[in-house]
Amino acid sequence: MAIVIEVLSWICFLLGGFLCLTGAVGLLRLPDFFSRLHANSITETLAAPLLLCGVMLQIELSLDTVKLLMVLAFLLSTNPTATHALVKGALVDGEVPVAGDEPPDEKEEESSNT
Amino acid sequence: MHNYLLSVFLMMGSLYVVIAHGNLVKKVIGLGMFSTAVFIFYIAMGKIAGGSAPIVEEGVTVYSNPVPHVLMLTAIVVGVASTAVGLSLAIRIKAAYGTVEEDEITAQDNRAEEQMEADS
Amino acid sequence: MLALLVVTVIAAVRSEDLFAAAVLFGIYSFLTAVLFMDLDAVDVAFTEASVGAGVSTVLLLSTLRLTGRFQRKSRRSPVLPLLVVAMTGAALVYGMLDVPRFGDPLAPAHTHVAPRYVQEGMNETGVPNMVTGILASYRGYDTLGETIVVFTAALAVMMLLGTRVRGGSSRGREAIGDLLVLRVVGKVLISFILLFALYVQFHGDYGAGGGFQAGVIFATGFIVYDLVFGEADGRRVMPHVQAERLIALGILFYIGVGVVGMLLGSNFLDYSPLAHDPVHGQHLGILLVEFGIGVAVFGAVMSIFNAFSGLRLPTDNGQADA
Repeated sequence: MAIVIEVLSWICFLLGGFLCLTGAVGLLRLPDFFSRLHANSITETLAAPLLLCGVMLQIELSLDTVKLLMVLAFLLSTNPTATHALVKGALVDGEVPVAGDEPPDEKEEESSNT
Repeated sequence: MHNYLLSVFLMMGSLYVVIAHGNLVKKVIGLGMFSTAVFIFYIAMGKIAGGSAPIVEEGVTVYSNPVPHVLMLTAIVVGVASTAVGLSLAIRIKAAYGTVEEDEITAQDNRAEEQMEADS
Repeated sequence: MLALLVVTVIAAVRSEDLFAAAVLFGIYSFLTAVLFMDLDAVDVAFTEASVGAGVSTVLLLSTLRLTGRFQRKSRRSPVLPLLVVAMTGAALVYGMLDVPRFGDPLAPAHTHVAPRYVQEGMNETGVPNMVTGILASYRGYDTLGETIVVFTAALAVMMLLGTRVRGGSSRGREAIGDLLVLRVVGKVLISFILLFALYVQFHGDYGAGGGFQAGVIFATGFIVYDLVFGEADGRRVMPHVQAERLIALGILFYIGVGVVGMLLGSNFLDYSPLAHDPVHGQHLGILLVEFGIGVAVFGAVMSIFNAFSGLRLPTDNGQADA
C-alpha cells in the first residue's frame, strides 16, 4: 500500500514538472498574447496542484495535509482570476486574438475578431 | 562558502545597476536587490549545520542562530519603507523636472544655474 | 536555486524595460524567500515574501505608471562602473577569505549572546518562537525604533505625495469593464486574507509570524478591495484619516506598554511586572507589543498605498487614466 502511494506521488511530481516545462515553452514560443496566457494558465491550474498533491501523498495525514489542501484551494481560486483579469485588461486595451491558421503578419488582411 | 560568494556577486550586480544606469527608478530597484543580497549574506552566516528553524520543538537540540534572523527582519521592513520614500521622491522629481533620467536632470540644473548667474 | 538568483539579477541588470525589471525584482525577492527557507530562517522568509515580493513590487509598478516604462540608453561608457564594481567585489571576497566554514557551530557569531537566547529564551519569555522573543523582548528597544522608522517613512511619503484623490475614483470599473468574476472571487478571498492575517498576528508566538507580516497581510486584504471595487468604495471602507491615525495609535500602544512597565516599578519596556509572574508578564508584553506593531504597519502600508494610488499623471486634466 505504501508503495502505491509512493509511486502515485512520484507520478504526480513528474507530471507536474513536465506540465511546468510545457507551460514555460508555450510562454516563450507561442505567437499571440492570449495563447501565451493560456499556456501559462496550464502551469497554475494543473501543474502546481499536481505538485501539491504529490507532496500531500508523501507526508502522512496530519494538520499539514489540511494546510496543503487550503493552499491548493487558494491557488486554484486566485490564479485563474488573475489570468481572467489580465485577459480582460488586454481586450480592453485593444489586443485581438489571432484566429485561424494564418500567420500573424497577415492579421490585418483577414481581421477576424472574436 | 558558495553562499557567501553568491551574495557578493549579487551585491556587485546590484551595485553596477545603481552606479551605471541613469534612470532613478532603476536605481531604486538596484538598491532593493543590493539590500536583499546583504540579507542573504547574514542569514547564511546564521545557519548552523544540522540545525533547524529557531522555534522550540520537542526532540530538537540544535537550532540555527536566531539573532541574524531578528536583525534581518528589521532590515527588510526598514528597506521597504526606504524604497517607498525613494519612489515617491522619484515621482515628485518627475513632476518637477519632467524626466527621471539622471543626465537630463543634471543638465536642467546646470542650465538653471547658468541662467541665474547670467541674470545676476 | 543559487543559479536562478544569478540569472535573475543578470536579466534585471540588462533589461531596459523597467516593467520587466520590476517583475524580475519580485521574482528575485521570491527566490530569496525560498533560499531563506532552505537556510532555516522561516520568519525572515515569510517577511521577505510578503513584504519584498508583495509590497515592493506593487509600489514599483505604481511608480512606473507615473514615470514611464522604459529607461533611456545611457551614453556613458560602462568601463568605469565595471572597474569600481570589480574592485569592490575583489575587496569583499578578500575580506571573506577568513570567514568561518559555512554552518560551523563554533563560529564567533554563534558563541556570544546567541546560546543564551536559544537556551534561556523559552524559560524567560514563555514564547517558543525564539525570533519573536528576541524581537519583542530582548531587543524590544530596537524594534520600537524600527516601528518609528516605518512611521516616519509613511509620514514622508504622505508629505511628498499628498493623499487626496484627484480626478475620477472608480478606476477599477472603468479600466476593465465588467468585473463579475473579480468581485465574487474577491469577496470570498478578502475575508480569508484578513483571517489569515489575524492568525499570523496571534500565532506569531508559536510559529512563524508576528506583527510585521500580519500588518502587511492585513493591508493587502484592503488593497485587494481597493483594486477590485474602485477607490471610492475603498476609501469609504477604510478612510484615509483612520489609516493615518492607526499608525500613530500602534506606536503609542507600543510605547504605552513600555511606560506601564515603568509605572509598575520596573524599567522602560520591561514586561515582567505586567502579570502575576515574570514569565507570563513577558508573554503578555510580547503579545501586546506585537499587536501594536501590527496595527502600526497596517496603517503605514495603507497610507503609502493610498498616497501612491491617489496620484494622477501630470498631463491629465483631472481625468482618470485607465
